[in-house]
Amino acid sequence: MQKEYTITVYTEDRIGITNRITIIFTRRRINITSLTTSETEIPGVYKFVITVLATRELLDKVVLQIERLIEIHRAFVHEEDEVVYQELALYKVSTKALSNGNIERLIRDNHARILTIAEDYFVIEKTGHQQELLDMLKKLEPYGLIEYTKSGRVAIVKWSRRFHEHLKNLGEKQMDNLPPGVTHPEANRSGISL
Amino acid sequence: MQQKDVLPMKTEKSDKRPAPAPVSEPITGAEAVIRSLIAEGVETIFGYPGGAIMPIYDALYDFQVSGQVNHILVRHEQGATHAAQGYARSSGKTGVVFATSGPGATNLVTGLADAYMDSTPMVAITGQVAAALLGTDAFQETDVIGITMPITKWNIQVTRPEDIPGAIAKAFYIAKSGRPGPVLVDITKNAQFGKLDFQYEACEYIRSYRPKPVLNMEQVEAAAALINASKRPYILCGHGVLIADAQKELIAFAEKAGIPIASTLLGLSAVSVDHPLYVGYVGMHGNYSPNINTNECDVLIAVGMRFDDRITGDVNTYARQAKVVHIEIDEAEIHKIIKADAPVHADAKEALQALTGKIDAKDTKAWIQSFKELDKQEDEKVRHKELYPTEGELKMAEVIRLISEKTGGEAILVTDVGQHQMIASRYYGFKSPNTNITSGGMGTMGFALPAAMGAKVGKEEREVVAIIGDGCFQMTLQELGTIYQSKIGVKIVILNNNFLGMVRQWQQLFFDRRYSSTEMTNPDFVQIAKGFFIPGKKVTDRSEISDAIDEMLNTPGAYLLEVVVEKEDNVFPMVPAGAPIASIRLD
Repeated sequence: MQKEYTITVYTEDRIGITNRITIIFTRRRINITSLTTSETEIPGVYKFVITVLATRELLDKVVLQIERLIEIHRAFVHEEDEVVYQELALYKVSTKALSNGNIERLIRDNHARILTIAEDYFVIEKTGHQQELLDMLKKLEPYGLIEYTKSGRVAIVKWSRRFHEHLKNLGEKQMDNLPPGVTHPEANRSGISL
Repeated sequence: MQQKDVLPMKTEKSDKRPAPAPVSEPITGAEAVIRSLIAEGVETIFGYPGGAIMPIYDALYDFQVSGQVNHILVRHEQGATHAAQGYARSSGKTGVVFATSGPGATNLVTGLADAYMDSTPMVAITGQVAAALLGTDAFQETDVIGITMPITKWNIQVTRPEDIPGAIAKAFYIAKSGRPGPVLVDITKNAQFGKLDFQYEACEYIRSYRPKPVLNMEQVEAAAALINASKRPYILCGHGVLIADAQKELIAFAEKAGIPIASTLLGLSAVSVDHPLYVGYVGMHGNYSPNINTNECDVLIAVGMRFDDRITGDVNTYARQAKVVHIEIDEAEIHKIIKADAPVHADAKEALQALTGKIDAKDTKAWIQSFKELDKQEDEKVRHKELYPTEGELKMAEVIRLISEKTGGEAILVTDVGQHQMIASRYYGFKSPNTNITSGGMGTMGFALPAAMGAKVGKEEREVVAIIGDGCFQMTLQELGTIYQSKIGVKIVILNNNFLGMVRQWQQLFFDRRYSSTEMTNPDFVQIAKGFFIPGKKVTDRSEISDAIDEMLNTPGAYLLEVVVEKEDNVFPMVPAGAPIASIRLD
């Protein structure tokens, strides 16, 4: 059954890596609904958080095809309850709305905040799950919403500690290259415990 | 993200590779390319020069004159890629290709995709416009990195001279290790002109890349348990067996437990056709008994193969009764098409060695006999009349039989794509490994002539015979020029039925004989060969064919033999596309 999944991909820092990853989804005709990327706590290692609508069976194959790319450390599919995630939205609203006392209450009640106020507009920031951000959008519309923008998903995987330790070790040991015949203690993919 | 082209290499040099000549002065990036290739042990490059790769060709000149490296000037860049594939498959080395930017680079696309599908190691080096012009639609600028991303195992653009040795070292390591594949290195003109202090260190490790998984003994145990519990075990031998050089291990494994071995198209030649456990080849036009018995075995042991749809037919009816053991180095292939009950994610050689120690001897006589009985049906209905016709026009199969007999099954057979490919694969008696070179995954028409040329360069001492259809030949026939100029002694057999035979067969069987655009009015092939100073002969009569093949094999150097064969001959057995393999038709 199709549902929304979060995929995390750990990559080396390389030009074109986004392209390489997205091509694999494209070939399988899977639509990426959001994609965020940022450097991890390990220098040179990047993390992609991708959300898609697809089946688990298909995605299990897709992540292996992603892992086959040379500059990919690992790729994982996560169920909804395996990740803690947030998205961030910015709402630009006409300053006139501020004269209406209700909007400040609306902002407070929805755990949003005002980022900046200019002469003719002000900007509200809110983090949350997509539905909460959309709900906020609806509530703000009557106040003269000028513009709305939203980030992709940012996610932390609940069980990822040991995998991050593995990545950290890679960084610390600078194990880019080994003399011939020496096996990297973590060279065995199945040997990485999670 | 940061722009960083190449990670610095910090490897200790492998003693397997020849030491590069020491260079004390800074050299150009172009010279660094050639020195890096020599350090990788490259002897032959297939290529075509042009504006953006001229500095590299200029640097090549001195090394060619001093005999350190050989360059073969092809007539089209696609020819270079197929030649490099043929070279890699016959010699076991990585094929190397040079092309210029823009059209030169885009002409590589078919060959790169073909090599990617068939896991052939290749390093393509393309020239690119100067870094300052990138992205400006400069003359002959094409985004070759973008274009080749989905069809290469890895590619990289180098814009600084100092990054060249590292990129090439990485390219060779990636192309050859694990599941091999093509790699492309695009080098801007300024990087070729710029100078660097040259030092070459072979690449042996990339931290995010694990080419060879460590053998997991639990997986081996699980596979052995399934095999030991089976009564009708069955091996499918794929290209991975040849890539891993695991032919001996496969036979030792099969012999220990009396397991019949069938081959995929690209697995052909891994096992000699004379071996008592060898039962033929599977797939759309494969043999009857191995296809039928795929749906009769109780354990299917797939080694280094990927369950291509030409092998499985309808996956929903494929080997449903069998437990599947899948030995495969590429984890993404496991469970991709057929769910494996006992996957062994490993190099075929290591996995087979370990498995042989864990399996028991067993009596499989009755099971093997069942192949023989089915085989008899194929013999009666198809094989005998194909191989030994006494009247009518010449048949492709009898030509292949004669070539097989006269070369003792020891020639390297390079086939193009279509009916002749299937007939050659069915009837050539392969005796030794790596003697079957064909375009399996992509099915690229025009493959054989340049690939045969490369195969001959890679293994000069072997007889190389290209079997080519009249349609295929006309896709890359300009490489006759390369064959003449570089004196490559390849034997070319055109099986001419004046049709795009395989398409015509499908039109006959599935499109009510509506032969839409498949009939060919062909030129005089022997005259064309003559134009390239290659001797040849045309044969139309059964009485002449044996002598003509003798003449071809006895003529030193290249030779072209055109054989006019039955116009509307069909290849049977056949599994219609997408049908269950058990529905294989004998006529």
